[in-house]
Amino acid sequence: MAEIIVVTSGKGGVGKTTTSASLACGLARRGKKVAVIDFDVGLRNLDLIMGCERRVVYDFVNVIQGEATLKQALIKDKRFDTLFILAASQTRDKDALSTEGVEKVLKDLADDGFDYIVCDSPAGIEKGAFLAMYFADQAVVVVNPEVSSVRDSDRILGLLASKTRKAESSEGEVKASLLLTRYSPSRVETGEMLSITDVEEVLGLKTIGVVPESTDVLNASNKGEPVILDLESNAGQAYDDAVARLMGEDRPMRFTQPDRKGFFNKLFGG
Amino acid sequence: MGMFDFLRAKKNTASIAKDRLRIIIAQERSNLGGPDYLPLLRRELLEVIRKYVSVDADAVKVDVVKDGEHDVLDISVALPERA
Repeated sequence: MAEIIVVTSGKGGVGKTTTSASLACGLARRGKKVAVIDFDVGLRNLDLIMGCERRVVYDFVNVIQGEATLKQALIKDKRFDTLFILAASQTRDKDALSTEGVEKVLKDLADDGFDYIVCDSPAGIEKGAFLAMYFADQAVVVVNPEVSSVRDSDRILGLLASKTRKAESSEGEVKASLLLTRYSPSRVETGEMLSITDVEEVLGLKTIGVVPESTDVLNASNKGEPVILDLESNAGQAYDDAVARLMGEDRPMRFTQPDRKGFFNKLFGG
Repeated sequence: MGMFDFLRAKKNTASIAKDRLRIIIAQERSNLGGPDYLPLLRRELLEVIRKYVSVDADAVKVDVVKDGEHDVLDISVALPERA
């Protein structure tokens, strides 16, 4: 059985695509067969973050409209044999995705032996976001410790609880967890930023990962190498922890306390 | 205000954020359960009522409550005290 994970947030720019790419890579690195799908029709970006933008020939909409087979459209990752990317279409047609079409693609992937299908949701609560979450078993809600992101996440949680197949069919519910990005432990300590506990309490959910604010994230996207591949970076390690937890491992949170480096260490990069 | 207050840490804005979020999210969750037209209905009712009585913006409460098999539209209007 394939596990369908939606990476969603409501608000834009919080790190959905970065997270989708890293989770997919991390799962593949653990030997799982993974497909990661970009649901942001019209604003394709997962391909850039994954570093396969020049190898996109067919996309998700081509498959749904029968212009290409799923096999033709899946882009095989160059780093992991078991990782495949399905790019979003650049069409401006908002109705290019259909519920039936998405369901068929997901079913075909499951039949093809994929262990995980990661659905990278667009921002907002329009059709693309709705379809990305509709068939999910599990949701990773990406949130910045910041008021507008937290509020939008709550809207998304409301939709996950009502507008998904699981919610409609009384098959149980979509299991949701939080993934905090751009977390700054030192600003939390000085009372300038919402803490993990604050966000958990407001949203009533548990956290599956905390990714610290890091310059490595931009460097990774510049290069088209998901930041999880950079295991020297805190952000990469934090994503790897999140993947482990996603697979049921119990790991303590790291990088959630301020750096206690002294002035001279900072000065000399020690 | 003490002389050295400026030396203290900046105001704890995170706790302000948390309080604001708690309130707005609780409010939005209670609206969300009901039909989409509730906020608009509330606003229009308020406008009509204000033609006759001067009431506060939060004087009109509109909720859908369950009564056995039925959904009941529960509207309550708090009138101002007579001067």
